[in-house]
Amino acid sequence: MTKSSRRADSHHWRKIKNALASTTTLVSAVLVIAPLGLVFFHLLVNGASSVNWDFFTHLPKPVGEAGGGMANAIVGSLELLAFAGAIGIPVGVLGGVYLAEYGSARINSILRFLADVLNGIPSITWGVVVYGLVVLRFKSFSAYAGGLALGLIMIPLILRTTEEVVLLVPNGYREAALALGVSRWKTIVHIVMKTASKGIITGILLALARVGGETAPLLFTAFGNRFWNHSLNQPIAALPLQIFTYAISPYDDWHRQAWAGALVLVTGVFCVNVLVRILTRGRAASVV
Amino acid sequence: MATPEQSVTERAEGPAQPSANSEPALKLTFEVKNLSVWYGEKRAIDDVTFNIASNAVTAIIGPSGCGKSTFLRALNRMHELVPKTRMEGTVLLHGEDLYSKTVDPAIVRRRVGMVFQKSNPFPTMTIGENVVVGLRLNGVRNQKFLNERLEKSLRMAALWDEVKDDLHKPGTSLSGGQQQRLCIARALAVEPQVILMDEPASALDPIATAKVEDLIAELRNAFTIVIVTHSMQQAARVSQRTAFFYLGRLVEVGETTAIFTRPKERETEDYITGRFG
Repeated sequence: MTKSSRRADSHHWRKIKNALASTTTLVSAVLVIAPLGLVFFHLLVNGASSVNWDFFTHLPKPVGEAGGGMANAIVGSLELLAFAGAIGIPVGVLGGVYLAEYGSARINSILRFLADVLNGIPSITWGVVVYGLVVLRFKSFSAYAGGLALGLIMIPLILRTTEEVVLLVPNGYREAALALGVSRWKTIVHIVMKTASKGIITGILLALARVGGETAPLLFTAFGNRFWNHSLNQPIAALPLQIFTYAISPYDDWHRQAWAGALVLVTGVFCVNVLVRILTRGRAASVV
Repeated sequence: MATPEQSVTERAEGPAQPSANSEPALKLTFEVKNLSVWYGEKRAIDDVTFNIASNAVTAIIGPSGCGKSTFLRALNRMHELVPKTRMEGTVLLHGEDLYSKTVDPAIVRRRVGMVFQKSNPFPTMTIGENVVVGLRLNGVRNQKFLNERLEKSLRMAALWDEVKDDLHKPGTSLSGGQQQRLCIARALAVEPQVILMDEPASALDPIATAKVEDLIAELRNAFTIVIVTHSMQQAARVSQRTAFFYLGRLVEVGETTAIFTRPKERETEDYITGRFG
């Protein structure tokens, strides 16, 4: 083999390697997106026909009766999210601000590590904890217990995102405010948090979207309810719970309702994500 | 490296500089006695004693890391924002100890304002909001008063005519030089007695620099100004007194003309003639 033909040979081989590498990565990328497409396709095929006006406005019908809806579960999910937000948002945001603005490096690294551990705890564990702390003590499943379980899951999520976006605020703004004789906490609230507000809101929305789809922590806290919840001390319906109950039932009609519920839930989460994209679109321009 | 020497001395000898030799008669704004500042174990300022005259521009020059910015920040306690700082000595502002236990650093900073190297108008606020933010966050609610102070500060910062129709636009929409003058207006709005400037023109082009320097000359009538600068030409142009810092020590301080033409210390001469730094 001559020298030049060997060179041409290795050139050829390099091209093949290149093509192989780009194909493998492309296939992997498609595999990443494929499940999302499959989920949406399946939900649309099976659920779209059952998503109608009744679905949003009616209570579930008794077994054997066709029709009915999940109005109580949709409202219940919103109530639970409101309650979870009331706990998770203030604690998470203020804790994140503490990590970013105050505290010593040592204590902060411990807190940060613990928050990451909390983020990794399986969500059903939160259900068990709240069951022990609240449900057993008050001898009743309740909206409070469900909201608390979801709120506890939100805290470390919001804490970490808030910390990250607050740390992104350039130090020059803090210095500028402090040099005007503005107190530390007013600087943090009016300058730092305001500058980071888009990022903080994004973190809150993503946390709400995440817990909005949680089922496990609600199984023995909110418990579920086939009727309207009239008191927050009583069990309350939630969309994921209702989907779970209907999906494991033996009735075709309930299966269809479960598909519809899943479609509504996924669409809701999708909308929140689109909202986040819109909120963060100007991010490069406005620093955070 | 002979060029800086020539330009500096030529400018400094120009007729623009006051030739008064009346050193002892100066009215003092700051009296700094035996000031030392540590960042952790590192000593950034080493036993500096230094008086700063009222209604004059004092320039602080010296190579990077010589402690000039730390010294400037010690004058309004901004250096305390860095964790593990420690200071010794006294800093008197019009005879009052800035580091007395009963003094709130926020009050010190209202009396001693600061302009930074990088212009930093708040990105969430309009031009108008940026100017009066110091007053607003310190509890001033009277809209008429705020509007008056807004116009007054922008006029003093020579920015009013350029922005008076755009007060509702974001502060960050201005050019770099305008942003820096906006920051000066913001510092002026709380009516401090002193303005500290930490290389206020080093990020600006020559035209914007000239505007800021004109502004400094103008503001000297109403304020005491201390400016840290890397540019010796700038020190010669804008200041009446110049202090040379090296390795955390104050090597020499005196009339700007004297420092640039007949420095007493060998280190000063080496620095201003460009032999090091």
